[in-house]
Amino acid sequence: MSGGQTIVAQIGIILSGGIRIMIPIAFGALGCTLSERVGVINIGAEGIMLAGAFGAVVGSYYTGNAWIGVLFGLLSGVLLASVHAFLTVKLKTGQIISGLGVNMLASGVTTVLLQSIWNNRGKSDLVTGLQNIRIKGVENIPIIGAVLRSISPMLIILLIVAIVLWFWLYKTVPGLRARSIGENPRSPDSVGINVPRTQILCVIVSGAITAFGGIYLSIGDVSLFSRDMVAGRGFIALAVTILGGWKPAGVLGACLAFGIAQGMQFRLQEFSVPVQLVQMLPYVMTLLLMFFLRSSHGPAASGENFHREGE
Amino acid sequence: MNFKSVKKLSFSKLAQSPIVISLFSLILSLVVSGIIMAFAGFSPLEAYGAMFVGAFGGLSNFADTLGIATPLIFTGLAVTIAMRGGILNVGCEGQLYIGGMAAALTGAYVKGLPAIIHIPICFLAAMLAGGLWAVLAGVIKIRANANEVIITIMLNYIAIYLTDYLASYVFKADGMVVKTNEIMHSAVLPQLYPHSRLTIGLLFALLAMVFIAWILKSTILGYNIRALGQNPYAAEAGGIRKNRMILFTFLLSGALAGMAGAIEVQGVHTYFISNFSNGYGWDGLATSVLGQYNPFGTVLASLFYGAMRNGATMMDRMTKMPPDFVVIMQALAIIFIATPSIIRKVMSIFAKRRGQI
Repeated sequence: MSGGQTIVAQIGIILSGGIRIMIPIAFGALGCTLSERVGVINIGAEGIMLAGAFGAVVGSYYTGNAWIGVLFGLLSGVLLASVHAFLTVKLKTGQIISGLGVNMLASGVTTVLLQSIWNNRGKSDLVTGLQNIRIKGVENIPIIGAVLRSISPMLIILLIVAIVLWFWLYKTVPGLRARSIGENPRSPDSVGINVPRTQILCVIVSGAITAFGGIYLSIGDVSLFSRDMVAGRGFIALAVTILGGWKPAGVLGACLAFGIAQGMQFRLQEFSVPVQLVQMLPYVMTLLLMFFLRSSHGPAASGENFHREGE
Repeated sequence: MNFKSVKKLSFSKLAQSPIVISLFSLILSLVVSGIIMAFAGFSPLEAYGAMFVGAFGGLSNFADTLGIATPLIFTGLAVTIAMRGGILNVGCEGQLYIGGMAAALTGAYVKGLPAIIHIPICFLAAMLAGGLWAVLAGVIKIRANANEVIITIMLNYIAIYLTDYLASYVFKADGMVVKTNEIMHSAVLPQLYPHSRLTIGLLFALLAMVFIAWILKSTILGYNIRALGQNPYAAEAGGIRKNRMILFTFLLSGALAGMAGAIEVQGVHTYFISNFSNGYGWDGLATSVLGQYNPFGTVLASLFYGAMRNGATMMDRMTKMPPDFVVIMQALAIIFIATPSIIRKVMSIFAKRRGQI
């Protein structure tokens, strides 16, 4: 009987580890979902997360208050997303080049500022981080006890964001209009919807959502910023968006599956599997899933800039 | 009055020319970066001065600039050929690592050959390995019907970890350092300038430029690639086998990126060491955009990037400016180039001012 108990406990640990891995990627993927729904692909997710992570640490460092850090992180993400929105929607820059430019910009600006603020090319000083919410007396609930014992406030924000995003996209008229832009911007344009304005607003909001992912990485998890700490999660978020079928619920599910699978890999290291092979697995897994699931088609006009007749 | 309108006409014509747009974007990115530098409390003149000396001051510095430009030419051409076929190959970094590993193994384990045979064999191995790695991206793209950008980025991570694993376990040389065995002397690229990064690799890079320009301009294959890039539906309707062309374009592009790895391994390091690339694959994307997807333009842009990279080391030594600042300059440059409307607007402001005077 005790053997069974440990398996349950193990599952609980894997689940809570999986959620930790999932949070930043899920924010990124929800952000990508929103922006791709209005036809703007967000290759800059990586950079926006990095900016969010950096802004949060700066805010927390100067004020000593982690929640002001969150605000700074959001502002940094929104600022960068506005650049992407302005370039792609107003100036018709290629979306992928603009996104890659945003990534480079974020990487350059954060490392330069890192050096000028902390005089360190690698990482920042320790700052005040977000405190987890601790719930007493739930440790003994099987499986979810390990999760509920100590909840990051960012997990709660994630769930709220996902629900609001789902409700807005599928249950409101503006959401329906936004989705129609991603399918074919000409039809909403022809009935008088302001396509560029909707796109810009949605990309900016998606920047805020994506920035939460970076904020979690820096002040929700380790309480410092280190150089290029997003480490590809923005790109994984893009892939997970495809796997989740551009739907908030699907995206959350795909992220959780991804997180759990990766959480299990840390166990693999205990069996002395070379670390490189373990690190490789999330990417291999993502590609295999893409290859075999042949995900549903996404927003048809995503990635293409909208030009009105004569523009 | 007549004179004025003629001048205005020529100015708007100028603003359409790709070379003018590229040059102007570069200048604009230097100016904007300079303004940021000044705000951050550094002297832009001092920084640019140090960069210029680092890149062009003396033959040895200039040779290093050319040497750093060499792999960038290959990755830039890789992006260019793919882009002309409508494929955005962001996977050069991974293809470079796979190619570099193939060159390192062929260089170390194939023995008893004269250099004139050994070097080309290593190149072939690198091109084949890099090309097939890129084809893998093409296969997934076709099957999953997904954007190649995400697929190639995933494959980059896989390639980097895979080669790191191979260098750390399977082909690890004896000793403390994690690297593969030294390649045979017959596989090492002869240097064109002593004690520099400049090797005969540069000549192969220029050869590759001519070859790619020739393919694009004068062959049926190039015609098909361009047709696919301009309008995939029309190309398919016109009888071009779309999927086969996509795979072939990936093969060609990956082979070029693989060559960049071979050049670094055989010319600079003489073995495979993890994370040797410094983002050459990513910069290839920038040089291709900067070169407006033209083979010759890509080479020019690579030389400029080589100078920036080489100059950044000097800037780091001579000034207090963080070397990462170069990344901001590069980001601004590709954003400006990809947004010709900014350049046209700025140029028209200049034109108006001139008109007033």
